[in-house]
Amino acid sequence: MIPFEVLATSPLDLLAFSPPGWGATLLRGLWNSVLIATGAYASGLLIGIAGAYGKLYGSPVVKDLLAVYTTVVRAVPELVLILILYFAVTDAVNQLILAFGGSRIEISGVAAGIAVLGIVQGAYATEVLRGAILAVPSGQIEAAKAMGMPGGLLARRITLPLMLSFAIPGLANLWLVATKDTALLAVVGFAELTQATRQAASTTKAFFAFYAAAGVLYLILSIASTMMFARIEKWARRGQRRTGG
Amino acid sequence: MNKFVAAAIATFALAGAALAEPVKIGIAAEAYPPFASPDAAGNWVGWEIDIIGAVCKAAEMECAITPVAWDGIIPSLTSGQIDVIMASMSITEERLKTIDFSDKYYNTPAVIVSATGGVATADAAGLTGKIIGVQASTIHEAYVNAHFAATAAEVKVYQTQDEANQDLAAGRIDATQADSIAMDAFLASDAGKACCVTVGAVAADTAILGAGAGAGLRKGEEELKAKINAGIAKILEDGTYEAITKNYFASSIYGG
Amino acid sequence: MLKELLVTRRIVMMAIAVFLLSLCFAYGRWDWLWVPKYQKLMLTGIWNTLTLLIITMVLGMALAIPLGLAQAVGPWYLARPAQAFCGLVRGTPLLLQLFLLYYGIGSLFPGIPGIRDSIFWPILRDAWYFAVLGLSLSVAGYEGEVMRGAFKGVPHGQLEAAKAMGVPRFTLFRRIWLPQALHRVLPTLGGETVLQLKATPLVAMITVTDIYAVSSRVRAETLIVYEPLLMLALVYLAITGIIVALFTWFERRTPTRTA
Repeated sequence: MIPFEVLATSPLDLLAFSPPGWGATLLRGLWNSVLIATGAYASGLLIGIAGAYGKLYGSPVVKDLLAVYTTVVRAVPELVLILILYFAVTDAVNQLILAFGGSRIEISGVAAGIAVLGIVQGAYATEVLRGAILAVPSGQIEAAKAMGMPGGLLARRITLPLMLSFAIPGLANLWLVATKDTALLAVVGFAELTQATRQAASTTKAFFAFYAAAGVLYLILSIASTMMFARIEKWARRGQRRTGG
Repeated sequence: MNKFVAAAIATFALAGAALAEPVKIGIAAEAYPPFASPDAAGNWVGWEIDIIGAVCKAAEMECAITPVAWDGIIPSLTSGQIDVIMASMSITEERLKTIDFSDKYYNTPAVIVSATGGVATADAAGLTGKIIGVQASTIHEAYVNAHFAATAAEVKVYQTQDEANQDLAAGRIDATQADSIAMDAFLASDAGKACCVTVGAVAADTAILGAGAGAGLRKGEEELKAKINAGIAKILEDGTYEAITKNYFASSIYGG
Repeated sequence: MLKELLVTRRIVMMAIAVFLLSLCFAYGRWDWLWVPKYQKLMLTGIWNTLTLLIITMVLGMALAIPLGLAQAVGPWYLARPAQAFCGLVRGTPLLLQLFLLYYGIGSLFPGIPGIRDSIFWPILRDAWYFAVLGLSLSVAGYEGEVMRGAFKGVPHGQLEAAKAMGVPRFTLFRRIWLPQALHRVLPTLGGETVLQLKATPLVAMITVTDIYAVSSRVRAETLIVYEPLLMLALVYLAITGIIVALFTWFERRTPTRTA
């Protein structure tokens, strides 16, 4: 006969919202994950825009330095990068502040996570955006210049919209990478979804239930993201001739 | 969530530069019952959490509990992310090279736990040919590597003691070495009762096992060290330590 | 390529890099490199990482081919599960998948009596097989998508012509479709292998001793923070360089012009 205690703590009970269910903890972890992923993605995009322009139109030294940056970040595993950057960034910031006579500040976990993942995302975003800018048909830019379009108007009305439509698939991929890379932050102890799942599983010993639940949450996040980016891509491609499917 | 709260507190504290900053007490983000573990609501509970609260109150400091990954807890201390480590960290010579410690606040022996009847004695002879599991970056990992690795079949390194216990219950490892109190909590659980038993305490080796658990501090922080030592002495004197210990354990764990 | 390197600014940059590296070596704590125990551990770790990478890439690609084929032309009862599998693998973090496989399945063991006497026990008790399984499934999930695109991209005219000539289906697959599909993915295969290399450190979280686990152990025992991590980064950069060089050489040897 199945003992009563086993029936009492079924997986659904464990995942309930209010204690002793861990559902709320998992959702809080998911929220933290999304927060860190959003911040990292946004800062990665900013770095990527600067990097792409630098690589395309910058001086040769800038081009080489950026090449080193993207190559190193894309060759070293994120786990190792996260560890190095986490210790180095927090150490460096505090050393700088101490050198200037201030007192140590705390760099919140979320901020450190965003900075670290942002640097990693920046390297990939640089490549995606550079490829997208290069893919803009030069004929259109030449025609606009021949018509006398000023540079700013050209960038705003021609380059940017066309570049976006080429960049969206790569950027969508980058967003999914960002959401999954937040799981690696569990190794440095950030309270995001994987860490919350580990804690819950350790405390309740219901490993299978919690890891499966976390998997479902990540899956929902990635499916929702894919649908959202599909709509964004449709909007970005509006007005363009549709290529054969 | 506590990290969020701790970060929010610290940010507001920074904004008002004249306000006193709370002392950031680093604990391990991995659960380590019965010393510190998160409950379903996200609050940290356990003997060590209660002791931290009591010491801070006795030393009249405002404390913020900050979970940090165990692997990176010492670098977090030295880089200023946290001010004190109170995560059942043993005072060892190796660690004393990098950080400073307060007086100890508990000392319990290290034991070998194995499947019932699996390991006969808690020494190199009894562990010959066995697979031993330990938690990473602990004195137990150092001890097993120093004393048993030569004759054992394999030493598996886990990120948390809980994962090692789980593999012990599953039969993937033959034995694990850990703190006796932490293993008591495991052996009292259903999974632990069904599978395993304490074989015995390991031979003493103060160089590796250290002289008990103390609060880790950056080198040179004499004022903070004095405050914490005063706090520890006070709770030992006025019975708070005993009262908290009674809630969790049958007898005192202060040790010799 | 050597000519490109010998430009003035690059020589200056390389000199600066060498200078910084020598500063690192001079002022950092590298004494742990000369300890024989750690040297042996590092060699074991690198060996484990490389074997894990090669085995999982081979197994993963072997699984990716049927997955891609099923999604490209399979009937719905083959295509949908293949799509679901790829979506599942690509939608969840690899770390979670490894945890689920190793600890999740492990938590079921106490409930199965007699499992320790079964013939599967040596496989079930060793973390290595779970690591291989987890990483191979991950490779299959991502490469399944790539293979789907590759199979779809082979010019349809060739397949129709073969069918018109009466070529049997399996021969058509073996002699025409598969080689051309593989040919299309070859340029990206090098990049995908590098991505897999970057995924291997996660197996340290389930007790497999790869080079990352060795570096963690050195950091734990010596309490040195940066140097082992820098060495780790250099090792991965070196392995990446070798992989890229290998695939570039391989690409040069295979003809690139297809119909």
